[in-house]
Amino acid sequence: MAATVIRRHRLVTRIWHAVNAVCIIVLIGSGLGISNAHPRLYWGAYGANFDHAWAQLPRFPAWLTIPANYNLAISRRWHLFMALIFAFSLLAYMIVSLVNRHIQRDLRIRRAELSRAHLAADVRAHLALRFHDPEAPGAYNILQKLSYVAVIFILLPLVIATGLALSPGMNAIWPWLLDVLGGRQSARSLHFIAMAAIAGFLVVHLVLVILAGVGNELRSIVTGRWRVPE
Amino acid sequence: MTAPFIRRRTLIAGGAGLALAGCDRVIRQPAVREIVFRGEDMHRGLQRALSNRDALAPEFRPDQMSPRFRTNGTRDPGTADYAALRAGRFADWRLTVDGLVARPLSLSLADIGAFPQRAQITRHDCVEGWSAIGKWQGPQLGAVLRAAGLRDGARYIVFRCADLYGGAPYYESIDLIDAFHPQTILAWAMNDRFLDVGHGAPLRLRVERQLGYKHAKYLMRVTATASLDGIGKGHGGYWEDNVDYDWWAGI
Repeated sequence: MAATVIRRHRLVTRIWHAVNAVCIIVLIGSGLGISNAHPRLYWGAYGANFDHAWAQLPRFPAWLTIPANYNLAISRRWHLFMALIFAFSLLAYMIVSLVNRHIQRDLRIRRAELSRAHLAADVRAHLALRFHDPEAPGAYNILQKLSYVAVIFILLPLVIATGLALSPGMNAIWPWLLDVLGGRQSARSLHFIAMAAIAGFLVVHLVLVILAGVGNELRSIVTGRWRVPE
Repeated sequence: MTAPFIRRRTLIAGGAGLALAGCDRVIRQPAVREIVFRGEDMHRGLQRALSNRDALAPEFRPDQMSPRFRTNGTRDPGTADYAALRAGRFADWRLTVDGLVARPLSLSLADIGAFPQRAQITRHDCVEGWSAIGKWQGPQLGAVLRAAGLRDGARYIVFRCADLYGGAPYYESIDLIDAFHPQTILAWAMNDRFLDVGHGAPLRLRVERQLGYKHAKYLMRVTATASLDGIGKGHGGYWEDNVDYDWWAGI
């Protein structure tokens, strides 16, 4: 019996995914390099060596940072350049995905999916390494939807907003952003926390890609073609 | 069963590792460097398009100030010239205002104090990530420049300092938009006292919409120029010349 192949991801989704993957890796790497310049996190508007730090971060090793050697200037150059591509590509992806109804069709969470029974069934299915509903193999399962929605609509916008709030120039332009976030050092802490959550998503995402079958999943995000598991 | 799993995992981890190492390799290519370094201009252009050029940096109440404002960079220039000025409590110190100006000035601290004064409680953000809030007072740089009368063709204001970095005076520069910004002041007082040596006595720049390294301390000379070429290595500041920091440090 020939395997059924469906077109799973649209071109725009695939392009954004590729651009975003590169951006996220470079932004996290360069961001960890920037963190090494002052690895302390504070709450409030100010925070420096004599002030109370709620977190003392480890020194991130060379294999995680961009560049590998400590160079704050080059880390910042990468970070601020990629931040522009990252933020504007997310904006474009959101607009196009509203227009082509990707969001409404594939990411919309229905009330029934949030019932305890449905959630529990999906957790059990994941534990059994069954990720696809045989009735609708192309559809995202509820855990997938929840994590994608949380990343695309909460974490990525949060990491952009908190990043913008670190800019003294932007503070003059949009002072309300600092008020909402609780001051520049709070914004810096939230920026780090959002990054950590995105990194956590990245790890789980990659593990699930491996468990679901690297070849098939990679092909579908590159070419759009996905073979329905038997 | 585990062998392919490990191989795949290694493949993905290896891919990410290659991407990180790849960045180090490609940034050495002049063409890539040129593009990545252009990010600074894009951010400046976007921010200036989004804002009123005189948009003010946030100001704070006295109870919001840092209990202790750390020093950074040079804590004491330590040169014989500076030590002599300091021993005389800066009575012999003069700020030279020259370059593309109609009337070059030589200002004492009393002259600086005779200009209309601006006091502001603002946040100082170091490029490293920390912030401290302090109170600064002094004349607006714009008022000093108007007294000297900028000539046509002046586009940048260059600040030379008493402290040496790599044998040459620390220097910084800003454009006229920031030079004439209402919060850009030449501060001689910090937290209602004369500026101390650690924070740049007797006079420092405050350019509140940019990062800390732009706020030149130990000011000796303010020069209006048409270009940054021929000054230092031509990138507009000590850190910009020597470690690739952004000249426009608004982000």
